[in-house]
Amino acid sequence: MTARQIWVAFSTIVVKEIRRFTRIWVQTLVPPAIMMVLYFVIFGNLIGSRIGEMGGFDYMEFIVPGLIMMSVITNSYANVVSSFFGMKFQGSIEEILVSPVPNWVVLTGYVMGGVGRGLAVGFIVTLLSLGFTNLHIEHVGVTASVILLTAILFSLGGFINAVYATKFDDISIVPTFILTPLTYLGGVFYSISLLPEFWQVISKFNPILYMVNTFRYGILGVSDVSIFFAYSMIIGFIVLLFSFSLHLLNKGQGIRS
Amino acid sequence: MTKALEISKLCKTYGNGFQALKSVSITVEQGDFFALLGPNGAGKSTTLGIVSSLVNKTSGRVSIFGYDLETELVKAKTCLGVVPQEFNFNQFEKVGDILITQAGYYGIPAEEAKESADYYLKKLGLWEKRDIPSRMLSGGMKRRLMIARALVHKPKLLILDEPTAGVDIELRRSMWKFLQELNEQGTTIILTTHYLEEAESLCRNIAIIDKGEILENTSMKSLLKTLNIETFILETDRILVEAPDLFGFVSRINVEGALEVDVKKDQNINQLFECLKSFDWVVTSLRSKSNRLEELFLGLLQKDKQGSEI
Repeated sequence: MTARQIWVAFSTIVVKEIRRFTRIWVQTLVPPAIMMVLYFVIFGNLIGSRIGEMGGFDYMEFIVPGLIMMSVITNSYANVVSSFFGMKFQGSIEEILVSPVPNWVVLTGYVMGGVGRGLAVGFIVTLLSLGFTNLHIEHVGVTASVILLTAILFSLGGFINAVYATKFDDISIVPTFILTPLTYLGGVFYSISLLPEFWQVISKFNPILYMVNTFRYGILGVSDVSIFFAYSMIIGFIVLLFSFSLHLLNKGQGIRS
Repeated sequence: MTKALEISKLCKTYGNGFQALKSVSITVEQGDFFALLGPNGAGKSTTLGIVSSLVNKTSGRVSIFGYDLETELVKAKTCLGVVPQEFNFNQFEKVGDILITQAGYYGIPAEEAKESADYYLKKLGLWEKRDIPSRMLSGGMKRRLMIARALVHKPKLLILDEPTAGVDIELRRSMWKFLQELNEQGTTIILTTHYLEEAESLCRNIAIIDKGEILENTSMKSLLKTLNIETFILETDRILVEAPDLFGFVSRINVEGALEVDVKKDQNINQLFECLKSFDWVVTSLRSKSNRLEELFLGLLQKDKQGSEI
């Protein structure tokens, strides 16, 4: 295929993915917005007012970056896992498999669809947070780049989950038993400096901690972890998961007999 | 001339050890209308699945218009359109969007894709339904949508895996007409079907596969020539209780009370009529008992079964 044909194929997949999650916006965009408003009201306003400051910031200000990042992580993951598994389940994956579109374009297209939903939800949550706190972005470049990289990383995670999933239960196991606990324990609601030393060390094995803290650094200018290390780790994971996903597609894992 | 499809010594063994294809070789000429027939589980869908890149082969070689599936996969896929057996489009997408998206996968820009999609939507009677979700189509419309989707990038080779399964007779005939037109315009077509009448009416060449092996690969004409006996059902003006002696023709009375007569290759129907005339019987209707291809097909499978039992 020529570069122009590849671009057409790529944009077709991305447009199809964006059309999918916007068509069912009541299922994809509204629930995270409602959930985050509840977090802002309950944790930020009601409980947060009694907590006082966290890391030198008003508690509401402290949790907003973490909650935005949490919504980006869950939604970019959910978009790719449900869309790709849905195609496998309905058999419409064959539309792509019989076509000449290269596997790396398929993968990139789906990842961009996940990034699209992750960022769309992140943007909605950010807008909603403005009703509860004044958001001032300290480092625009860091804020934008880390949220984009995180959305890419979790879209790839969702893709791998979808490739291996054989039934609908399989697409909720990872988000329920791995993603949610890691996100809640990833410093969304607290600074790890509050934890005993042992749990601080354990927390540093949680990759989501680095993403949340780097994003918080972008907005508030404070972080519990090294920003350089966080970027290296996120990019390293992206390279690893992209290569693995591509290998699965080339092999036809779960999609070709 | 380059062959539309060349399959050479194709083997497929699934993960559970089941050997679905045992060295299958088929050649389809450009412009052909080719039937691949076989009973359920014979290996038809596996063969077409490998050609469509939906199934990984174990060994062998496949090329489409001279492009090897291993070394020139992109070019090979560009030549191919596939209509699978099961409905496999996104049930929530609009009919028109399904076609435009499919064209996009082939790198066809939106404007050109829309033009092609509109053409096939009109041609296949789906134009009025273009803006509704595909799940709301009737069974026949869904079949036509799959044909339109397979054609939207204008492939040179079209594979149809039981395209008229569950379709009413009127629609089936109109689909035959459409496929014949398409073939006349130069598209090579490979068809699998359980309606042998369909294969006999449409196809010029035929391969019969069973248990992963090709039993017969020839032209429809030469295959039909091998037929030795054809059975005719005759309605007469008499109420028949016993089969008459028809001087060399084997006959019987069927459950409906009609006369069934076997006509051998070296006999002709004129002789039969002369015989009936001598009884002073009036023949009110005459029809062939079954599809000729069906007879041959069953005969070949039976022969194969007996062979494997020995």
